[in-house]
Amino acid sequence: MFDSVKTVAEITDYISDLFDTDPTLKNVWVAGEISNMTRASSGHWYFTLKDSDAAIRAVMWRSATERQTVTPHNGDAVEVHGKVSVYAPRGEYQLYADIIRPVGAGDLYQQFERLKVKLEMEGLFDAERKREFPAVPRQIGVVTSPTAAAFQDILNVLTRRYPLVQVILSPTMVQGQSAPPQIVQAIERLNDHTDVDVIVVARGGGSIEDLWAFNDEAVARAISTSRIPIVSGVGHETDFTIADFVADHRAPTPSAAAELVTPDKRDILLQLGRTVEMLDGMTYDTILTRRTKLERLQGTMSYVSPENTINTNRQRVDDFNARIIRQQKSRMVLLRERLVAKRAALEAANPRAILARGYVIVTDDAGNRITSERDAKPGTNVEMQFKDGKKKAWIRGDDDGYDQPTLL
Amino acid sequence: MTMDMISQLSFEEAYEELEEIVTKLETGDLPLDEAVELFERGRRLSDHCQKVLDEAELRVNKLADDGDLEVLE
Repeated sequence: MFDSVKTVAEITDYISDLFDTDPTLKNVWVAGEISNMTRASSGHWYFTLKDSDAAIRAVMWRSATERQTVTPHNGDAVEVHGKVSVYAPRGEYQLYADIIRPVGAGDLYQQFERLKVKLEMEGLFDAERKREFPAVPRQIGVVTSPTAAAFQDILNVLTRRYPLVQVILSPTMVQGQSAPPQIVQAIERLNDHTDVDVIVVARGGGSIEDLWAFNDEAVARAISTSRIPIVSGVGHETDFTIADFVADHRAPTPSAAAELVTPDKRDILLQLGRTVEMLDGMTYDTILTRRTKLERLQGTMSYVSPENTINTNRQRVDDFNARIIRQQKSRMVLLRERLVAKRAALEAANPRAILARGYVIVTDDAGNRITSERDAKPGTNVEMQFKDGKKKAWIRGDDDGYDQPTLL
Repeated sequence: MTMDMISQLSFEEAYEELEEIVTKLETGDLPLDEAVELFERGRRLSDHCQKVLDEAELRVNKLADDGDLEVLE
């Protein structure tokens, strides 16, 4: 049966297939003690898992070692999860590991899962149970240990973000056997004696055992029945506790919880600035609107104002004045012309001028002018006025002869 | 409008009144003198809020088992 002769590679492939198709070997937890641990520079870990009776070689690739929270050392009792398969070059089977955890952690994990399922079935994680808290709290209750770094972290955040808030610490131990009942009491104390706006239940990071009090059923129930909304801030970002699921809000860390329950002072100051700007704008608008209205009214006013009539009248008066002045002026000219004419006439009528032309004025003794022949009777004494003097004379007779001898 | 001494108001009281004033100014067709007066008060409220925030110091108390508050240093 030469047909049945197989190469080493062929038989190794065949064995390898048997391992890889076996349901138990594909997905198994193996408990043992670590030895021969080698951490290669490539990031892979090579070690042997052994107990008193047997040993199995194991390898964990870098993709898995990077995800491990604990670094195992020789002598550690651990539980390793992975698949058992064949390493063909050496013809060896080995455990290809993806999870390593300390012995006992498995029990805690199962407890955790059982309680989680139980409370979830009761509806304690339901979204509609989650309550809101005021965006701007007056008082914040803090359930934690007064000596914990977590408490100082919270105070630092509150001082920086919103120092107006009052902090009421309800002190408790946060790890160890007595921690769960103390945490329950601390929550109840805040509910019984205060009216804080929100409670922060906090603890800093640690191992799964350190955080275990927050996976306690009594603690979970105290959180779910709290009258006051509760924010959890337990451990690091990657840690999830039952308290986180039951709380109204889960914050990844104590500091984050303090941030979650307070507004930021800087935001408020910014908002204040914007409000004042808005006030400024609104007041400016109010004034501008009124000014525009006022200016429009003023326009209308000047249109209908009596001032226009007054101005028109004023102009009329001015015109009138000008006319009067003009008239006055021409009148003066006229009068002056008249005066000149009169003076000429007067001048013309000046008796002296007549005398100058050779005429003589004759008057009787009484001084009456004799202008008619009939008044010049013969024998009448007269006075003759020449241009340059007077002479006495006597009327001798009529034209046709002498009535009497006339001699003076 | 409450005419309390602004310096006596808590941050919340002042902030709330400031918001009321903004709403009034936004919606109401107020007489000018009233609008200006409201604006002035709004400004002072805002200044007060800022001052209170700037000067605030965190108050920390410890809740005793019997419900008493103790000042925590």
